[in-house]
Amino acid sequence: MNAPPAQALAINVQGLSKHYGGRAVVDDVTVQLAPGRICGFLGPNGSGKTTTIRLLCGLLTADAGSGTCLGLDFVTQARQIKRQVGYMTQRFGLYEDLSIRQNLDFIGRLFGLPERRQSVDETLERLGLSTRQQQLAGTLSGGWKQRLALAACLLHTPRLLLLDEPTAGVDPKARREFWDEIHRLAAQGMTVLVSTHYMDEAERCHELMYIANGRVLTRGSPTQIREQAGGASLEEIFIRLIAQADAEKTRETLS
Amino acid sequence: MSAGPAAAQGTPALGGCDPHAVGERGGHFSIARVLAVLVKEFQQVLRDRLTFAMAIGVPVMQLVLFGYAINNDPKGLPTALVAYDNGPLARSLVAAIQNTGYFHITAQPASEAQAERLLALGEVQFVIAIPPDFSRRVVRGEKPAVLVAVDATDPSSASNAIAALGQFGNQALAHDLTGPLASLQPREAPFELRIHRRYNPEGLTRYNIVPGLIGTILTMTMVMLTSLAMTRERERGTLENLLATPVRPFEVMVGKIAPYVLIGYVQLAVILLAAVGLFEVPMVGSLALLMGVIGLFMLANLGVGFTFSTLARNQLQAMQMTFFFFLPSMLLSGFMFPYRGMPLWAQWLGEVLPLTHFLRAVRAIMLKGAGLGEIMTNLWPMALFLLVVGALALKRYRQTLD
Repeated sequence: MNAPPAQALAINVQGLSKHYGGRAVVDDVTVQLAPGRICGFLGPNGSGKTTTIRLLCGLLTADAGSGTCLGLDFVTQARQIKRQVGYMTQRFGLYEDLSIRQNLDFIGRLFGLPERRQSVDETLERLGLSTRQQQLAGTLSGGWKQRLALAACLLHTPRLLLLDEPTAGVDPKARREFWDEIHRLAAQGMTVLVSTHYMDEAERCHELMYIANGRVLTRGSPTQIREQAGGASLEEIFIRLIAQADAEKTRETLS
Repeated sequence: MSAGPAAAQGTPALGGCDPHAVGERGGHFSIARVLAVLVKEFQQVLRDRLTFAMAIGVPVMQLVLFGYAINNDPKGLPTALVAYDNGPLARSLVAAIQNTGYFHITAQPASEAQAERLLALGEVQFVIAIPPDFSRRVVRGEKPAVLVAVDATDPSSASNAIAALGQFGNQALAHDLTGPLASLQPREAPFELRIHRRYNPEGLTRYNIVPGLIGTILTMTMVMLTSLAMTRERERGTLENLLATPVRPFEVMVGKIAPYVLIGYVQLAVILLAAVGLFEVPMVGSLALLMGVIGLFMLANLGVGFTFSTLARNQLQAMQMTFFFFLPSMLLSGFMFPYRGMPLWAQWLGEVLPLTHFLRAVRAIMLKGAGLGEIMTNLWPMALFLLVVGALALKRYRQTLD
């Protein structure tokens, strides 16, 4: 990847590391992403995707790493970064005993939105939730819950979206609609880092990052990655890379 | 349970369960399956260390508290002696009173007014006043009156001591009235003990129970409700979202505690109405002061609950911690059992608990009509408790998931 000027990058974080009990969960990861780009984050379960995302939005404190997020210092200005980041958790994280509207109102108040009512109305409209706004979040199906979660991340008009397996357990139609929305947002300048296990979704990303055992294995656009691997499918590359990474890890442990 | 299908086919399974019958509705009772559940249950109990600690800890705590700390026959109760007469007979009387074991003279104020003040402050439970010419009037056979004033706000803690006074009168001066005075050897006591039960002349236990109930009910509900506050967020997965917003720990704490203060006052209104309406507990002091004290008390308990909720990993643990706090509060505060009957270590433990100070303050306000100055000694320990617990909660509350 030929690096664009550092100033312009939405995410420019180097040497990100996080250890748990002596085990490196994230090991010297560098994330560089230009504004308006969608970066797919691929890797097996437990590879460090969620931890990396949590480190980027300040939910975990990094053991090492430096750089900027949206032009703000990633270590010292974590609070300001939080205000401009929309983070969608892997597990549905809104209140099931509140209605859609009450949930959004709550988030809006926490972010101190000046025109809360209007922002909520617009966000509801944008994601087609208006007619269901009085429904309790707990009674929604998976696809609708995911929409609500996305609405909650978008409410404060962030500049960066961090989505942690947003489409897990969602039907293909809802997934496609979700990705259409992501592309609309990116077209408006939103930067998106999204982790996924679906290769059809990976195909729709501008860039991909493969990660295993906390380390970045390869990165580039889907086309670049396929060419490097001699035309194999993204799924095949995924499996091959992980096999390599695991073999390497075994060798390391032995020596 | 490693019995594979092959083994199951060869010989009947442990419970005599025919493998082919497994699918049938209501098949035979199977010990093997019971064992499977039993083993699994043990594995889970051992994994949840707090539940395990509770299973062991609660009985130990109860044994120690009931066995050592609780004493329904408290002795050595603090007593103020106003001795206007220091003659030999008066001294003998005082010695005899102390020999009952129930009275421990902790103060010798110069006047009855000073002694009354000690009683009002709760520093002594008894005032014994010996009149100026006691010895002379005994010798003359005039049966002088010795005044014993009792703080009867908690009648049960004083009842044995009063009973002891009633019995000892005839023998108290027996050794002194010898020789020429032997003719005065009494069939009945040569003096009169006049016992005044202050603040609760009829010795009604409900006067003590109602303030105690206000305290215990508030302790239980306040601690329990808030202890679930953060654990619920953690358990339902909403904490991560909350942390991703700009909200600060102190804001969360205040926002979570405030609604329960309101709930607490509603509870209180119900209890107070019942106290005054149904149980006819007098309300001598200022209602505004009572409300203020209760507010402080609720905050202290809400702080405890919030701290628990930052420590507990799930709602069950939060409930267990609540119980761990509630049990000693109930037993050591002086509500269920006389505070002064407990050994020193238990009294110190009791001094830490907000309920102990709350009970003293509420009894003082409702029954003695105490003002702010008189209950200050009970207010600052509650305030200090709140401060420490609040600081601990904020320290424990993390803005990250680390």
